[in-house]
Amino acid sequence: MTTAAPAPKANMGQPIPRYDAVAKVTGRAQYASDMPLRDPAYAYLVTSAIAKGRIDSFDLSEAQKVRGVVDIVTHENAERLEPAKFFSDGGYASTTNQPLRTAEIAEEGQIIAVVLADTYEAAREAAHRVKVSYTAATPTTSFHSAGTIAARAKGQVKRFKDDPKVGDFNTAFEEAEVKITAEYETPPQHHNPMELFTTSVAWNGDSLTIYEPSQFVYGLKNGVATQLGIDPDQVRVINPYVGGAFGSKGSMTPRTAIIASISRRLRRPVKLVATRDQGFNVSTYRAETRHRVDLGARRDGKLTALRHEGWEISSRADAYCVGGTRTTTRMYDCPNVDSAVWIVRADRNTPGFMRSPPEVPYMFALESAMDELAHQLKMDPIELRRVNDTTREPIGGKPYTSRSLMACFDEGAKAFGWAQRNRQPRSMSDGDWLIGYGCATTCYPTQMAPAAARVRLRHDGRARVEIAGHELGTGAYTVIAQAAATRLDVPVEKVTVVIGDSDLPPAPVAGGSNSTASTCSTVMMVCDQVRQRLFKALMPNESLSDKAKETVGVGQTPSGRAARSDQPLDREKAFDALGVNVIEEYGEWKPEGAPQDSFRAMHSGLVRIVGGPDFSGRIAYAFGADFVEVRVNRFTHEVRVPRVLGAFAAGHIMNPRTARSQLMGGLIWGVASALHEATELDERYARYVNDNLADYLVPVNADIPQVDVILLSEDDAHINPAGVKGLGELGNVGTNAALSNAIFHATGQRIRTLPVRLEKIEA
Amino acid sequence: MRSFAYQRAADPAAAIQALAAASAGNNPLTEAEIQPLAGGTTLLDLMKLDVMRPRAIVDINPLSPAWATVSLENGNLRLGAMARMADVAANPEIQQNYPVVADSLKFAASAQLRNMATLGGNVLQRTRCTYFRDISYEACNKRNPGSGCAAMDGFNRTHAVLGTSDKCIATYPGDFAQALIALDASVDITGRAGTRTIPFAELHKAPGDTPQLETTLAPGELISGFTIRGRWPRSAYLKVRDRQSYEFALASAAIALDVEDGTVRDARVALGGVATLPWRARGAEAELKGQKFDDALAERVAEIAFEGASARSHNEFKIALGKRVVARALHQAVTMEI
Ligand SMILES: Cc1cc2nc3c(=O)[nH]c(=O)nc-3n(C[C@H](O)[C@H](O)[C@H](O)COP(=O)(O)OP(=O)(O)OC[C@H]3O[C@@H](n4cnc5c(N)ncnc54)[C@H](O)[C@@H]3O)c2cc1C
Ligand code: SF4
Repeated sequence: MTTAAPAPKANMGQPIPRYDAVAKVTGRAQYASDMPLRDPAYAYLVTSAIAKGRIDSFDLSEAQKVRGVVDIVTHENAERLEPAKFFSDGGYASTTNQPLRTAEIAEEGQIIAVVLADTYEAAREAAHRVKVSYTAATPTTSFHSAGTIAARAKGQVKRFKDDPKVGDFNTAFEEAEVKITAEYETPPQHHNPMELFTTSVAWNGDSLTIYEPSQFVYGLKNGVATQLGIDPDQVRVINPYVGGAFGSKGSMTPRTAIIASISRRLRRPVKLVATRDQGFNVSTYRAETRHRVDLGARRDGKLTALRHEGWEISSRADAYCVGGTRTTTRMYDCPNVDSAVWIVRADRNTPGFMRSPPEVPYMFALESAMDELAHQLKMDPIELRRVNDTTREPIGGKPYTSRSLMACFDEGAKAFGWAQRNRQPRSMSDGDWLIGYGCATTCYPTQMAPAAARVRLRHDGRARVEIAGHELGTGAYTVIAQAAATRLDVPVEKVTVVIGDSDLPPAPVAGGSNSTASTCSTVMMVCDQVRQRLFKALMPNESLSDKAKETVGVGQTPSGRAARSDQPLDREKAFDALGVNVIEEYGEWKPEGAPQDSFRAMHSGLVRIVGGPDFSGRIAYAFGADFVEVRVNRFTHEVRVPRVLGAFAAGHIMNPRTARSQLMGGLIWGVASALHEATELDERYARYVNDNLADYLVPVNADIPQVDVILLSEDDAHINPAGVKGLGELGNVGTNAALSNAIFHATGQRIRTLPVRLEKIEA
Repeated sequence: MRSFAYQRAADPAAAIQALAAASAGNNPLTEAEIQPLAGGTTLLDLMKLDVMRPRAIVDINPLSPAWATVSLENGNLRLGAMARMADVAANPEIQQNYPVVADSLKFAASAQLRNMATLGGNVLQRTRCTYFRDISYEACNKRNPGSGCAAMDGFNRTHAVLGTSDKCIATYPGDFAQALIALDASVDITGRAGTRTIPFAELHKAPGDTPQLETTLAPGELISGFTIRGRWPRSAYLKVRDRQSYEFALASAAIALDVEDGTVRDARVALGGVATLPWRARGAEAELKGQKFDDALAERVAEIAFEGASARSHNEFKIALGKRVVARALHQAVTMEI
């Protein structure tokens, strides 16, 4: 075993190498924009230079002269597409601000023209030569600008049903022995996945094929069909690999239907690769947030009152919010809780999901406040969490399906050397460098959604699994292959996995960390159907559930391989008995508590996610503990992060290698979200200033010398057949708080506004 | 990006010949219709962004063997303009005798860029002002003379506090130039009228009323190399930035000292990341000379280095940071073992 492939502990699968590793490192893996098209027209976007106002006129004369230009589409000649409904109102779209309809501009970077040409270069040159005259109005940029409209999220956003509260916060806070009130801010951030936002389309008669990096091929297929007014069965979305997404490729953006409609009109395939800077507006982003947290506690640390109020930016067009109070109000045992979430509208593009959407900003606030409280109580921050640990969430009193938070803190603390920490801030140093240790709780709701799969098994043990899942670099191929191999009791090398194609049985959006739990639970169920048929062929009179345990592994717990057949020929015998060479099964699985319409919705590209606080009778979360060491230069105030460590428990771990990789990436992103990543706004114009990868800072290798991931064994029988909690978004929650808590410990200065830039450090 | 003609120059004479037409018209160098192409890491970048729009480029890479030599003879360092940043940074003689040169290159850009980029192109790299690099902002006096300056009241955290004018506050972003100006380097220039040599300090121009005029090179002229007289083993480059690699300086200092028995006999101080052009802090140098080095002196020197600095809304911190960087860099140079 190497560091990259940690040895499995109890209830963990094997750390086998990635299914797609060789294809990826040899360049054989084809991403959406690699797909060959026959004689495509290349599209280049022209986007708005103002955030609010209108287009007075275009001067296209220079652009049209560029050799190779085929067409220039503006609102004056674009096809009228059907409006796109916002995803959270039951539609598919990331925004309802549909470009190319009128001369009105509602956000910076809005698509205002599409140039089509025979080559990418000609399209780009012509796009640069398009001249636009605007009448600009003064936009509202963010919280501090004039003209914002703030309203409670409750009532505006369907998913956000209510503000969690319990007990009597006001009285309890008033009477609390120790109190903390603090305000925090997190900046806008953009996903910037390595793979750009691309769309390639080709029509064959009335049928449309779309190659586009997507976290949800069924959503995109149905969404585009709606906008084009065609039958969804005529649309196929293909993307076997996605080059990073992080939420930015989850909902349908306006570009896809636009490009498809242009292709239909031109009768020619069209290929769009939006540029990096266009990507800041073509898709969504994590909007900036503000928080106020009030904590009241007894002197022994027991929380008596907790209130969390959050403000989030959204666009004029759409009410989007992440509403992380649903998590922060349930993290610790506290009898008196209150909360509120506000949406503040500005002249911006609509924000959207970005890795751990609610937890990254909201847990930053809560976990910073917990650290402030610990400091005031002169208490170790881990002990403060221990005093307030719980097996039931305080709002509805529901039990956690499992919760290994303190085990994570304890193992993490031991490995990190937390005991060497002197609790006094500014007490540790090494030459020019002040040293600080910080920690924080990390958590992520366990979520699942209905899915379907088709499994084919041949007599020789070769198997093929088909499911419209998504490989975002997370390891989806690998864990699906492992689930099938284990369940069918065939070597994993014999399993072929086909995903990323909307002609396959539907799977949910690869978001909310539900993918592994949903797809593996489904695949396991369908594999059981296959085995059921084999078993019946051999033992028509026996019940599968008892007998099969001795044959080929059915009925095994997800934690390990159950009794394996001594006679691998059983399978062959069964095939002989059936008199066939291949059997195939299709099945649809839904998690406990999924609504009635789940399966129908699933086929229409609508997701019915259950889990987290909204689970039947229980509350389901994965937990972890993050530890960060920082060094702050006394003179220059540069911040270095020599070490990050996370200890996590997330139910059954399908593959410790891919799990570690996800969590490690999450921790790195967590450091980035505290120290580096921020989209800067020009307050005057509501425009993103640093919209490129030279100026939008992400950490480089030199910034991240050491990251340690500890996986804890955890068995959870209440969540789903795979026993999987999901950990794609667990890693980058709380890291920002752990880091800024470490900076407080190093310097004695609390920085409540992210990112921590060196000029914010005073001493 | 606009379509352009591409031409390869086999030797200096051919390059000068090919560039001759560049001097036609009255354009500033950066707007010249014909541009030499070295590593291309600035030029092609800006062409793709449609900021620079040459009609033709003349690839001068074939000049590399002759113009890429690095030699240390009679105590003088001669650096060919086509030498790659990575090669010079890795040169042991330079590391030993001119640490400030090696470090200014080593701490710049990324490994890939340093492999491509040349010293000549490096000193001519253009500002990273985001409003300059984004043509959708009309107001940029440097790109679009007379149009105003979007950065002045915009997001200007990375902008300059020294050498600014009311027309432009764009930072000169390079690192290597700070080493050259500190060490009194000279620049060899070749053009149609023959060759000339000027002090490096006379290569760049402050923005003043004409930020579009960045250097004193005439269109069609080429830099062939740089010369540094004397050795500077006690020299250092300290660079502070938002991440530890692949990032421009928020503030940096190039320091070279001659210290005997704790007394500073000669001193050079140049500042990066804070000024509109390569910046020599002569007042600071004067303060150092003849003095016993201690922390109080370092702080006094740092104060002098930033006399007259003026900030806009987001870059005020650079003045305090810059001073601390100067003091720390002096400390580093004084205490280094040579
Ligand atoms: C992402 C990124 C990060 C960077 N970070 C840093 C950093 O931290 N520090 C730093 O110092 N630099 C940094 N750079 C800038 C980089 O160092 C320069 O782009 C590079 O040195 C330019 O050299 P080149 O040979 O590629 O020049 P080119 O792009 O070929 O040329 C630049 C300009 O000089 C002209 N030119 C080139 N050679 C000559 C010559 N011999 N005579 C006359 N004119 C000539 C060209 O016509 C052009 O106008 C960074 C660049 C990028 C893209
Ligand atoms: S600072 Fe200079 S380069 Fe930047 S916008 Fe102003 S004029 Fe243009």
